[in-house]
Amino acid sequence: MIDEKTLADHNLTREEYDLIVRLIGREPNLTELGIFSVMWSEHCGYKSSKVHLKKFPTKGKYVIQGPGENAGVMDIGDGLAVVFKIESHNHPSYIEPYQGAATGVGGILRDIFTMGARPIAVLDSLRFGPLDNPKNRAIMEGVVSGISGYGNSFGVPTVGGEVYFNDCYSQNPLVNVCCVGLAYRDRLFLARASGAGNAVIYAGAKTGRDGIHGATMASAEFGEDIEHKRPNVQVGDPFKEKLLLEACLEAMAKNLIVGIQDMGAAGLTCSTTEMAAKAGTGMEINLDLVPQREEGMTPYEIMLSESQERMLIVAEPEKVEELKKIFNKWDLDAVVIGRVTDDGRLKVYFHGELVIDIPVKAVVDLCPAYRRPARKPAFVNKISRLRKPEMPSDLNQVFLQLLASPNIADKEWVFRQYDHMVQVNTAVLPGADSAVLRLKGLKKALAMTLDGNALYTFLNPRRGGQIAVAEACRNLACAGAAPIGVTNCLNFGNPEKPEIMWQFREAIEGIAEACRQFEIPVTGGNVSFYNETGGRPIYPTPVLGIIGLIDDINKVPSAGFKAAGESIILLGENREEFGGSEYLRLIFSEEKGQPPALSLAKEKKVQECCRQAIRAGLVRTAHDVSEGGLAVALAECAFRSSRRIGFRVKLNDVIRTDALLFGETQSRIILAVRKKDARKVLNLARKMKVPAKVIGETGGKKMEIWHRGKKIIDLKVELGYQAWKNSIPNYFKIKK
Amino acid sequence: MKFGVVVFPGSNCDYDTFHALQNVMGQETVFLWHKDHDLQQVDCVVLPGGFSYGDYLRSGAIARFSPIMQEVKKFAEDGGLVLGICNGFQILLESGLLPGAMLRNKNLKFLCQYVNIRIENDRTAFTGAGRKGQVLRIPIAHFDGNYYAPPELLEELERNNQILFRYCDEKGNLTGEANVNGSLHHIAGIVNRKGNVMGMMPHPERASEKILGSEDGKIIFQSIINYLEKKKGKKSPGRTVSRPISPLPPLIGTF
Repeated sequence: MIDEKTLADHNLTREEYDLIVRLIGREPNLTELGIFSVMWSEHCGYKSSKVHLKKFPTKGKYVIQGPGENAGVMDIGDGLAVVFKIESHNHPSYIEPYQGAATGVGGILRDIFTMGARPIAVLDSLRFGPLDNPKNRAIMEGVVSGISGYGNSFGVPTVGGEVYFNDCYSQNPLVNVCCVGLAYRDRLFLARASGAGNAVIYAGAKTGRDGIHGATMASAEFGEDIEHKRPNVQVGDPFKEKLLLEACLEAMAKNLIVGIQDMGAAGLTCSTTEMAAKAGTGMEINLDLVPQREEGMTPYEIMLSESQERMLIVAEPEKVEELKKIFNKWDLDAVVIGRVTDDGRLKVYFHGELVIDIPVKAVVDLCPAYRRPARKPAFVNKISRLRKPEMPSDLNQVFLQLLASPNIADKEWVFRQYDHMVQVNTAVLPGADSAVLRLKGLKKALAMTLDGNALYTFLNPRRGGQIAVAEACRNLACAGAAPIGVTNCLNFGNPEKPEIMWQFREAIEGIAEACRQFEIPVTGGNVSFYNETGGRPIYPTPVLGIIGLIDDINKVPSAGFKAAGESIILLGENREEFGGSEYLRLIFSEEKGQPPALSLAKEKKVQECCRQAIRAGLVRTAHDVSEGGLAVALAECAFRSSRRIGFRVKLNDVIRTDALLFGETQSRIILAVRKKDARKVLNLARKMKVPAKVIGETGGKKMEIWHRGKKIIDLKVELGYQAWKNSIPNYFKIKK
Repeated sequence: MKFGVVVFPGSNCDYDTFHALQNVMGQETVFLWHKDHDLQQVDCVVLPGGFSYGDYLRSGAIARFSPIMQEVKKFAEDGGLVLGICNGFQILLESGLLPGAMLRNKNLKFLCQYVNIRIENDRTAFTGAGRKGQVLRIPIAHFDGNYYAPPELLEELERNNQILFRYCDEKGNLTGEANVNGSLHHIAGIVNRKGNVMGMMPHPERASEKILGSEDGKIIFQSIINYLEKKKGKKSPGRTVSRPISPLPPLIGTF
């Protein structure tokens, strides 16, 4: 009998249990209950989010595959397709930072190559608590080396991403990993167990007891007692995954595979039921045939293990031998464990006994969807009120402080631990607004970026969602790329709380609105709820991964100034906005106000103007204005130039000086162009009705900003550079 | 000339190296599978970067036992040119084809970044196209690149001009800061006594195209080509085959 405690252990409600009984026509046994528990978990079943995710636009001219598969697929011409998706591995990374992050990378890589694509890039969005706390440093160090350890060995370059710090992540860090793959358009594979009588093949690593109930764990809040959950975290073997990649791609190229799915969350359970449900078939497997690395495993353990580096493959019986040969060539197991049936049921045998017999449709498609109550939190109105801060007496000092803020400072400490050049395609290295990958033999190229601003989303979830999309697209525009597709990772607190649900709904609607405006489809993604420890939720953190297409890689501008004596042009307008800024947070310890206003129509025009100027070959440097405002953006252009070229900028806007320097008004891009081209860029902007003006010139060894005839910033580039460069490494210096 | 790039399980710069040799340098290039004994009559064997066999024991420690390495050893003994890049260098050390050993980087972190290296000896098969003192900008990507050798051995390497590259700053000065992984005597690459086996930690294949940020790596490949042409008394056909370059690698290896 299934008692209340067993149900609670499986994170199922009594109502859900009753539904299971109705669906299968009897009481489930414990193994079957385990199966429903993981498949109906928030992580796999999307039960709180489904009704809202429908709001995303999912169609567009580039889309080959939208949401619902392992990853989204876009057609980029020349017979090629881009396959991409983002996933979270937040909970495991808190419990066991190295393995949690490593297997996060491993999981998303498999999602990509299971579709027939070779992973060509990884980007990560990481969020931790402040670095003055040793616990947060230890988590960050573990996460970064986990990503590095897995990705580097596998041989995929980690080309970009973002790292932010806020106290709300101290007990709930965020690790979101986005992978981009490249495939031949006519060689894509889906997770379908088609064709009754076809063989079901288990390939890859052996099954152990690791990771049992990982998905269920990711679907609950944490209390103080997280130590005992460590065995729920999987252990990664990037070497095995590399072999699995090569073997799978080879079997695919030789046309030996009907359908394939990786065993990620919920392992064998998820892959068997989903593949059968999607094809409208059933499946029969014998657990005695599953390669196991531990003795005495029960059906429950085998079915729910989340051991890594495993694949489930459906193949025609006459092709099994050749398929096995390929896997053996790569020193991997590949064994037939069952067959596809036509009765719509998953039947699992163990020691000659039928231990599971359930309809796959019930498990996969009939997971309840909840329209959970949503209520605007009481604090929202309170925090949106902001008194203007007092004008600081020393703006140079404030400028230096901002440059050294870990949210703004150089992230080289992180990305130089990642191999970001393997596969020899990385044309723009980490640190720029977006990463650029060349496509060998072609003029066109790919740009990619991850972006999200949790503080904005906390203050105003709808606008935060919009800005995340706008800013990601702006990052792409700075590389001359047009956005073609979106994946997103939605990190939120406990959806059973109406306040969290309100944040979620608002953010989704904001993202959907912006995506429609930019005409970019959402092709998939991931929802991570229950990001709370001890009842304290994280800030709502939607992270957007957007892929862009570049016509001509030779025209991509650099993120840093290229030469002295070039004109600096500002596209967009400066406004007096303080809300949600890093300036306010760092200098006045206030996380308040309304995030900067955003007009999607204006934003789109600014980006289009930037893109056209780049395509015309006029732009030498392009960088978007974001955290830290105009002053920080200019400084970053100086720091990223190989000779650290300074600048002199003169501004006359009638707004407060501190807002002009550090306010985070949207829809602004800095360009540096040859002097003779400045006029052409301004003309282009005027034609497109985009505000644009020459604000200064590159050159010298200083950063100088004038406001209405008065010099307000006067700092040696080298001084700012050292503050920016050394900030994060200084936290990790080995104390002697 | 004909180059062979060895593929171990876990090699991940195999195609990068193949691409640089075939598509950039215009040379005939083949993959050599680790389970094979056939070197396919290549003029130069390249051991590429990566994590051969996962590198779970010690970098390069397992690869030396593979069937293909038995042939590579014979090939080297007979005077054939062998180039080991990154993990390939580590494998050459583990195989005893080059002297010394690698320790973890001094900061105990994986390092992926551009470095500057100075050519110390331009009279070898691997550096002939450069000149002594020339500074090359080439990336590294490794965890274990901190070269170690006992004092007698270091002295011997110095005496015989076996040190081909040293980490330096952009002007060629041997500063402590430039020696990012902590290698003794700033060693980034060495050659054996006979001059036909070379190992280097930086990745020349990652610095062979302008679009990637540097073309300095081509000097190493060009040196090999020049040397072989002179030795064989014939010109390399060069870039005669202009097949379209595929954005995706081909299938690798045999049963």
